[in-house]
Amino acid sequence: MSNQMIRGGRWSRNDMREAKRALPTARMPRRQIIQRLWRYLGRNRALMVLAIFLTLLSSSIGLVGPRLSGLAIDAIGLTEGQADFPKVFLYVGLMALSYVVAASLGYILSRVTLRMTRNIIYRMRKDVFDKLVSLPVNFFDKYQAGEIISVVSYDVDTVNESLSTDFLQILQSLVTVTVSFVMMMSIKPILTLVFLVTIPLTALYTRWITGRTRPLFRKRSQKLGELNGYMEEMMGSKRPTRAYGREKQVIEGFDEKNEEAVVAYTTAEYYGTMIGPSVGFINNISLTLISVFGALLFLRGQVGLGSISSFVQYSRRFSGPINELASIFGELQSAFAAAERVFRLIDAEPEAQDAPDATVLMDVSGDVRAEHVDFSYIEGVPVIRDFSMHAKPGALIAIAGPTGAGKTTLVNLLMRFYDIDAGSIKVDGQDIYGLTRSSLRGAYTMVLQDSWLFYGSVYDNIAYACEDATPERVEGAARAAMIHSFIKKLPQGYDTIIGDDGVNISKGQKQLITIARAMLSDARMLILDEATSNVDTQTEQRIQQAMRQLMAGRTAFVIAHRLSTIKSADTILVVRDGNIVEQGKHEDLMAQQGYYASLYHAQFESY
Amino acid sequence: MKKVMSYLMPYRLLLSWTLFVKFIASILDLFIPFILAIILDDIVPQKEPRLVYLWGGLMALCAAASVVSNIYANRLAATTSSRVTRSLRHDLFSRLIYLSMAQFDQVSLSSAVSRLTTDTYNINIFLNRTQRMGVRAPILLVGGLVMTSILDVRMMLVLLLTVPLIGLIVYFVTKKSVPLYDKQQTVLDKLVRVLQENIVGVRVIKALSKTDYEKDRFDQVSGKLADVSRQAGSVVALSNPLSSITLNLGLSLCVLLGAYLVNSGLSRPGSIIAFMHYFTIISHAMFGITRIFIMSSKGIASARRIEAILEMEEEQGQISAQPEDSPYHVAFDKVSFSYNGVEDNLRDISFTLKQGETLGIIGATGSGKTTLTNLLLRLYDAQKGRILINGQDIRAIPRDTLAVRVGVTFQSDFIMAATIRDNIAFFRDLTDEEILQAAEAAQAMEFINEKEGGLDFEVESRGNNLSGGQKQRLLIARALAGKPSLLILDDASSALDYRTDASLRKALAEGFHDTTSIIIAQRVSSIKGAHKILMLEDGQAIGYGSHEDLMRTCPPYREIALTQMGAMGEMLEDEGLALEGSAVYE
Repeated sequence: MSNQMIRGGRWSRNDMREAKRALPTARMPRRQIIQRLWRYLGRNRALMVLAIFLTLLSSSIGLVGPRLSGLAIDAIGLTEGQADFPKVFLYVGLMALSYVVAASLGYILSRVTLRMTRNIIYRMRKDVFDKLVSLPVNFFDKYQAGEIISVVSYDVDTVNESLSTDFLQILQSLVTVTVSFVMMMSIKPILTLVFLVTIPLTALYTRWITGRTRPLFRKRSQKLGELNGYMEEMMGSKRPTRAYGREKQVIEGFDEKNEEAVVAYTTAEYYGTMIGPSVGFINNISLTLISVFGALLFLRGQVGLGSISSFVQYSRRFSGPINELASIFGELQSAFAAAERVFRLIDAEPEAQDAPDATVLMDVSGDVRAEHVDFSYIEGVPVIRDFSMHAKPGALIAIAGPTGAGKTTLVNLLMRFYDIDAGSIKVDGQDIYGLTRSSLRGAYTMVLQDSWLFYGSVYDNIAYACEDATPERVEGAARAAMIHSFIKKLPQGYDTIIGDDGVNISKGQKQLITIARAMLSDARMLILDEATSNVDTQTEQRIQQAMRQLMAGRTAFVIAHRLSTIKSADTILVVRDGNIVEQGKHEDLMAQQGYYASLYHAQFESY
Repeated sequence: MKKVMSYLMPYRLLLSWTLFVKFIASILDLFIPFILAIILDDIVPQKEPRLVYLWGGLMALCAAASVVSNIYANRLAATTSSRVTRSLRHDLFSRLIYLSMAQFDQVSLSSAVSRLTTDTYNINIFLNRTQRMGVRAPILLVGGLVMTSILDVRMMLVLLLTVPLIGLIVYFVTKKSVPLYDKQQTVLDKLVRVLQENIVGVRVIKALSKTDYEKDRFDQVSGKLADVSRQAGSVVALSNPLSSITLNLGLSLCVLLGAYLVNSGLSRPGSIIAFMHYFTIISHAMFGITRIFIMSSKGIASARRIEAILEMEEEQGQISAQPEDSPYHVAFDKVSFSYNGVEDNLRDISFTLKQGETLGIIGATGSGKTTLTNLLLRLYDAQKGRILINGQDIRAIPRDTLAVRVGVTFQSDFIMAATIRDNIAFFRDLTDEEILQAAEAAQAMEFINEKEGGLDFEVESRGNNLSGGQKQRLLIARALAGKPSLLILDDASSALDYRTDASLRKALAEGFHDTTSIIIAQRVSSIKGAHKILMLEDGQAIGYGSHEDLMRTCPPYREIALTQMGAMGEMLEDEGLALEGSAVYE
């Protein structure tokens, strides 16, 4: 590589967000989506029928108004003294009544729809979540958490908004268009010819403008996304920015992104804001045409003034839904896309069922045996080849190897988070594939590298594995994990909520809490995944001491970097590029002068 | 709001022009129904088709003029609002970037990000829409009322009666719904949190067979969310039917009144027809005004949040102090510091380092190791004592000078979505040669060469497509690039295996002997070759000296060293009780 000047402070233009793994996107046929949505609606059949009925009724009744007002105007007459007051009162009264009835029905309709939506949203989220918890671990290793979350929260909302409003709105539009048209035909068929001009005009315009604006709006959100991403990263990089004194350059990078976002926004708005006035223009033109032709017809005595008034009002209602059609279809598109994402998640392949004859693993003694195991994450790319191992009850198995060598793979296999391709793994002589997953996994207790705590009290977090534990046992576990006195110092002690602002719990302390959780479990096998890498050496020393007491008589699989601790292991599994390349006791491995020995020597190389 | 409004000042001419154009456009819109009334009431009786065409043509002309001016005004509005947003966002971003860490901690990262993204976006929308609707809606409302009063003032008064009623409806609905929507947001946050916990903790949940428990937990939040949404929806659903009933009853009254007026020769039926048109316009205007109110409450809230940041004073100014003659590159002189001002996080720390020397810091979690480096980088200012660089108090050194030739890795450092090259250079002007050298020393070349494109490999945000060890080596390379004269490595090698760690130390010793280094580590092997080692406990120094000194004089240090060097296994057998007896470092 040459030593040319590089783009020092410049920001790379590529939008990496697109490169991230998104949820699977194979297309689902539109018809299938509609059918499945229909099934959700079908579960609320009574509510839906009621909603349709109310929609038809309220929009039809609402449409009688203009006709009645026209009749009232005709009954008034053209000049003084011509008014037929009984008729005027009748029509105006009916008109007022029709509006009140239509509005009340409209309100009842909203309530019905809301109830229906509530049921569907709830049901849909339940379906998604129930599927989510049944998915195999590799699903979560593969896909981004943010994306899954947005499906459950926003996509479900989008689908329902569409189901509840768009569906009824389309229905309502159909009623409005039909009734208005019939009304106009009944008033003066020849005047409807005006729409021969305006409807094609609207259609052509809508087509043109959506074709024109869609890419612009896409670019607009993309640029805004890039800007937001940059701002988020730079706020997170405040320490290095300040330490290296790079504020000015960071702001320069920001200005570039900001400018791009602003330009994209303005360009999109240039065309986007045309739509409203243009549609208004087409409406005004149709009003003009109706006025002129209506006036001419009136001159020939072919139509009354009231009729023109009604006609004008109907023409507005008639063109309303047609104008909105474009936006409704736009919303439907995004609703379908959202529904597809929701269904795709629901369709994701769950963890295979336990075999029908699967037995429950009981009275575990902790004898683990692997024989000729082959495994690959991706088909055709083998990771583990012909691996065999035997861990006697109470043995300490250390898994060692350099960073990124794939030391967690073995844990994935032992706990059946992933299935092996060939060979067998047995616990107490029973093949783990003939056991129920829950009993197999329940036989292990574990402390993972990233300490997982949920929003809830410290107490609940420790007792999570064992809800019926007595407070004494929970405290005992916390003491054993050397975190008791820290917890006592928290504002509400064991009742302190983890995750609340203002509660300051460091990484190391969080890990100690998960260790306490693991200690509470009476499982016979233990998995420690770089468990203490976030804890300082002193604390680690004590934890390991406590762990050893806890491990007495239990089988333990420890993933650790610290050679001093794994030296005392019964068996060391040396991992390199995912495969287990050496195994044996420390002394034996050292004598082999192989990979392990070279790793070990590196520890004592000084400056 | 004042401060944000001042951003509009440079655009006041453009703004007035926009509003004027919008004003004209709205007036034109108002003329159209008026012409309709003229045609029906005045032209038709003259029985002149030619006049009908003429007035019809005028109507079409008004419509055309209206569409042109509306589009023009909308474009102006979009330009102004996005320019204002651009400068507002720039100032907000710059201010946040220049805030001291103590101030930034107060603001919090998530809040800073939401102010930059959501709040500036809200302001943009608010400025854009108010320019468009803010003029149009009131003009349509007032103009509609004026026009109707020209047509017939008595009928207009009936219509006017409905306006305050609708205002009341909107007010009460908004007042009731806003807290419900807040509640909905809170419950939605909870739902997202449960989801997140389930995704991150999938292994733990499966291992502990807590699936059903988690289903229940989700079910509760999800049910609550659905209920709250329904409640909020039910309240909002009231506003449309109620307003519509009020307006339409007003309209019915107008027609009735119109009947009397026409019958007694005081009005004409064409006016009633035009009246109904204005009626639609006025009701649209009413809804438009309501929307503006909702939008402005959001916009004002966002403006306040932005102003709160803009009004923060810049902290950590420069003091004036004479440099002293000093043989030391870095010196801490009885430094004490506390984040919250209550409990000391560091107390009475002193040490000195000559150019090219190395200080190793070791100590328990929370003992103040990171705090010490934060002070040295002047991310925070010490409350007591002095920190000197080449004899000069760091508070008297200009920030730019202080930052020159510093190299540092932080715990939980951010990796950006950018190329490996940009991540190492981190906005500094560095040549490829310098970057490659740094990557070489950081033991990062091995994985960089494996990546597609080498230095041009695109790293994902937060380094999601790198392993833990790769991220650390990338950050070390960043620290080493640019030949720092002061290097701080905060637990930089915890994810590295011994071999890589050893090679790194070797490279540092060979290639950076003029660099003064501060290395925070958990392994004695990482620091035992340092010129000086500082052992911290609860913010205080419990040992200071070379490895050999500390092995002799500092029992806690010796204990750790022996444990880690492998002798502990045997020691535990022999003196197991001794360890328990000294269990003081929880």
